[in-house]
Amino acid sequence: MIRTISCTVNSKPVSWQIDVRMSLSEVLRTNGFTSVKEGCGVGECGACAVLLDGIAVDSCLYLAIWADGCNIRTSEGESKGGTLSEVQQAYLDNGSVQCGFCTPGLVMSSTEFVEKHRGEKVTRDQIRKEHAGHICRCTGYESIIRAVEQCMKPYEKGK
Amino acid sequence: MFDFNSYHKAKSVDEAIALLSQNPEAIPLAGGTDVLVRLHGHNKNYRHLVDIHDVAELKKVTMESDGTIVIGSGMTFTGLAHSPVVCENIPVLNEGGSSIGGPQVRNVATVGGNICNGAPSGDSASPLLVLNATVELKGPDGIRRLPLYDFYQGPGQVDRKAGEIMTCLRVAADDYRGWSAHYYKYAMRGAMDIATIGCGAACKVVDGKIAGLRLGFVVAGPTPLRCWRTEEKTIGMQADEELIDIVKNSVLGDLRPRDSWRAAKDFREQIIKTLAERVLREAIKRNIRNTEME
Amino acid sequence: MVVGTSVQRVDGVAKVTGKARYTDDFTMPGMRVAKYLRSTIAHGRVSSIDTSQAKALPGVDGVFTFEDVPKRIYATAGHPYSLDPHHMDITDRYLLTDHVRYMGDEIAIVVAVSDLIATKALSLIDVEYEPYQPLVEAKDALAKDAVEIHKGTGNVVKAHSFVAGGDLDAVRKECDQLLEGQYKTQIVQHCHLENHTAYAYMDDLERIVIVSSTQIPHIARRIVAEALEIDTGLIRVIKPTIGGGFGNKQDVILEPMVAFLTKKLDGIPVRLKLDREEGMVGTRVRHPFDVKVQIGLDQEGTVKLIHFDALSNTGAYASHGHSIVSAGAAKTHYMYPRAVYSCTAKTIYSNIPAAGAMRAYGSPQMTFAIECAMEEAARTLGMDSAEFRLRNGARAGDKSQITKKPIMTCGLLDSIKKGKDLIGWDKKRALWPKEQTGEVRNGLGVAIFSYGSGTYPVCVEPASARLILNQDGSAHLQVGATEIGQGSDTAFAQMAAESLGFSFSKIHVVSCQDTDVTPFDTGSYASRQTYVTGQAVMRTAEQLKAKILHHASIISGLEATLITISGDNIVISESPEIVVMSVQDVAIDAYYNKERGGQITAEATYKARNNPHVFGCTFVDLSVDIPLCRVKINEIYNIHDSGIIINPLMAEGQVHGGMAMGIGAALFEELMVDPDSGKIYNNNLLDYKVPTIMDIPDLGAAFVEPNEPTHPYGSKSLGEPPIISPAPAIRNAILDATGVAINELPMSPKTIFKYFKNAGLI
Repeated sequence: MIRTISCTVNSKPVSWQIDVRMSLSEVLRTNGFTSVKEGCGVGECGACAVLLDGIAVDSCLYLAIWADGCNIRTSEGESKGGTLSEVQQAYLDNGSVQCGFCTPGLVMSSTEFVEKHRGEKVTRDQIRKEHAGHICRCTGYESIIRAVEQCMKPYEKGK
Repeated sequence: MFDFNSYHKAKSVDEAIALLSQNPEAIPLAGGTDVLVRLHGHNKNYRHLVDIHDVAELKKVTMESDGTIVIGSGMTFTGLAHSPVVCENIPVLNEGGSSIGGPQVRNVATVGGNICNGAPSGDSASPLLVLNATVELKGPDGIRRLPLYDFYQGPGQVDRKAGEIMTCLRVAADDYRGWSAHYYKYAMRGAMDIATIGCGAACKVVDGKIAGLRLGFVVAGPTPLRCWRTEEKTIGMQADEELIDIVKNSVLGDLRPRDSWRAAKDFREQIIKTLAERVLREAIKRNIRNTEME
Repeated sequence: MVVGTSVQRVDGVAKVTGKARYTDDFTMPGMRVAKYLRSTIAHGRVSSIDTSQAKALPGVDGVFTFEDVPKRIYATAGHPYSLDPHHMDITDRYLLTDHVRYMGDEIAIVVAVSDLIATKALSLIDVEYEPYQPLVEAKDALAKDAVEIHKGTGNVVKAHSFVAGGDLDAVRKECDQLLEGQYKTQIVQHCHLENHTAYAYMDDLERIVIVSSTQIPHIARRIVAEALEIDTGLIRVIKPTIGGGFGNKQDVILEPMVAFLTKKLDGIPVRLKLDREEGMVGTRVRHPFDVKVQIGLDQEGTVKLIHFDALSNTGAYASHGHSIVSAGAAKTHYMYPRAVYSCTAKTIYSNIPAAGAMRAYGSPQMTFAIECAMEEAARTLGMDSAEFRLRNGARAGDKSQITKKPIMTCGLLDSIKKGKDLIGWDKKRALWPKEQTGEVRNGLGVAIFSYGSGTYPVCVEPASARLILNQDGSAHLQVGATEIGQGSDTAFAQMAAESLGFSFSKIHVVSCQDTDVTPFDTGSYASRQTYVTGQAVMRTAEQLKAKILHHASIISGLEATLITISGDNIVISESPEIVVMSVQDVAIDAYYNKERGGQITAEATYKARNNPHVFGCTFVDLSVDIPLCRVKINEIYNIHDSGIIINPLMAEGQVHGGMAMGIGAALFEELMVDPDSGKIYNNNLLDYKVPTIMDIPDLGAAFVEPNEPTHPYGSKSLGEPPIISPAPAIRNAILDATGVAINELPMSPKTIFKYFKNAGLI
């Protein structure tokens, strides 16, 4: 059941031989993208979330073969040339990182959120709803919400 | 690695039907959020898969000339949330859909999967029931349609015959035009949860009187249920607090909640009654507001 | 100043980019996968087991059963070794067992080349059982004819009692009122995001290397040595970045097994990684308690006595069970230290998953009982709940009834006052109607807590650190203490920088512990590291500073007493603007001058002989939707006295996280057991309700900061305490809103329904 998939990971084209039974998270981790964490393996924690054509998916519950032709973003790729992305920096500024195991997945959902709502004034309720697919056991989420708010602030209309 | 023996990828509905016919034990795989969970470790019922994940013709929502809304079974819940046809005409479907799992799950889980897995708790079931939705299936013998209510046969059981693919769900114009609806999911958490009770209500109020009323519950019986007797009783009644009281005290007669480790029957009954009251009140409010706006 | 500022955490960049490497992110050529065969009954004996088919499966390297493991019983609790024979941990485990004690007990293990083959091999093992009646609840386990889960115990792990501060009967007679209550807490699971995982290999014919997600690498090393009868020096435990522990990794769970497997298989690397479902039953949980509390009061509303009778259920194995109740009792007694404090407690075995250490170690359970009972006391007296606690709560100078030592610093009353202000207590009390009648009602609640800063004098409190001056004038800091997410490495770096006169960026913390290299420390538990390890770090820093100055003095010819380090330079103490040379100059000379110097290093070890108390409280404003049996928190604040705060941003994060876990335990979480079979219904993250971001309200944290004299920077503990008081505060607010006292956890809609129904509210 071996197939070849071609996709873009963090702006680099790749072509991988995979077993069709492999999840996307397995394939990414095997190829060195270990920011993709496994906390449950069944889509209940969000630690494995990556952006697939700009949309967050739990890569543990996604066949790797479905990613053929897709553009994938993981946390590793969000920092460029030694500079953190604004979301990554906001996570540090707000103390949104503790054990760090949920962090790469959450960073990707925050990245999707910030890119999607740029220029809008968002509520905490909206931030909550769009981060609800992640379990964080360390932070109580408060600092994560603050990090997203920090990212949104400069772009609010009228500012 | 997921544990299965054979895998066939379909690019079209017809190809999927052919593959399913050739592999009678095969399971259709769409978004994967239910099926893949069952593939950790050896599962004797899930040895063979027909992958319909990338069948484009299942991934659209259209409106036919008579106003019928056709919801492709491969639509994800995020896709439905972004569909103007759904948002403008049957927003209640998104009230259900947006309560499913979390964003990542909704980005891949499909409405067809949510219905075809036959779960008594499917969050899209109650909105679709109160929209009087029809299921369309295509199989080796052609197309057939049946009411969603009849499609459910028991816990985890639906009337999908060998070789069939659910292609779409259809909502007729008469079933949503002039109607207003509301869905509320009661669960132990605000996300990533199965409903303890889900309640949908749709109504049509004409001159202050109930011209139509539908109530659909999930986890209140072995399948998603409508409250037929209660609904019938209310036709022609004044849309007032007395009506709500009657409905509240009557819905349990239509439902069959049970004790499980997840929740006790008497607790579920308390929630059913409270939701019947609150969800219906909201639906009526919306209908009166919508009518006034027109 | 570096201490007291919110410097960015040292592992922050690695974690936001996903570059931080956890145990599962390391792999080795030829690494095999191990999987447990777990029992399908909760209580009984394996009468026969046939592994021949599994062994014959291609790709299987080995199948081992209880017959193959060392006949050596060991203890798993992650405590330091005790020289007192009466204070040893309880040895009641074998690597694999034929005596099944909970559903999921480990009876065999398979090693194979892949997950799929290992799983297939498990399905080929035939097991037959002689089943016994599962003993799930205390009444079953303590029944006269109950089968002993562990021989010779009568299913009692430990019973203890103490009275501190006076004669219980005499004080009882003096009291004007005696109030009683009974409170129950549930089984909670830690749910750290990274599951338990470990692998091991041998680097020669003798030495075993174990890489594990553990809070206690040095303790794990000793316990593996004990379990396998191998010399400690032949075992090396490495702890990479770890994805949370909360006490569940203060237990030695996988390390002895992976060591055993690699040794059996000639040193090939073997990984044993639990999935979420098996981890939730096969590791540890929090002990459920059943506590009866008696409170004695005088007419003025002074608490004269607190007596409780606690029953703790440790499940299948003792783990930390023998010390949880006593630790909980000891650490909570500082709340009301002027009252006579008395405890009788019993910890029992049963056929449910083993309970062990979890954040705050017995205190959340005990505090729930005490703070519920105190609420009844305040209400019975007609006193304001906050006022009652201000009257009776600890003050500096009060003496511990147990240790007879004075409480040196105590910010309890200040924290209560601050909490009242933050939530608008007096204003809301004045504005809100006395009687509420609607479907949705509002309530205010408060609860307080006390805790310790380590385990002394019950356990030894050792910590060690090493500093090495690098050629560039920076220093590497090695500690045996473990960063598990709480931020200890950053706090250590701050204290080292402060003590050395270095800028923060010049301290490089070696975050990975390796028992071959890192100095001895017992690890991350009991909120001990900033207080205990911090002092080892500072002593080391002082030594290194003296050595740097000594060498600078040799180079410069200036007396060492005249110079100091500031801003990475050697400066004149009296005139710090005069730079003599840089620390880098000193380092280069020390390393490479042919005639003098050498590598400048320092190492210090320290045993804490103090255990300062920390205090604080939770204030909550909530609404209760009565027909929906549901609580909505409108505002919630935790206020903490943890002494001087080393890093405000990270401290706030600890408080937020603890509050969320406390709210989870209060309103959502419960591992549910079928009382007939002992089966756990909800061992997954869907059915076990860890709060999501939708379920946690905006969180408020605040500090009062008395300067603790026994710590050079005035600091006390913080990691665990934030979890303690939210549950009773929430419970007291529900009582305030509805008049219904909910005396069990979790106060989920299902529980609330039961109570509201009984109260006739619905």
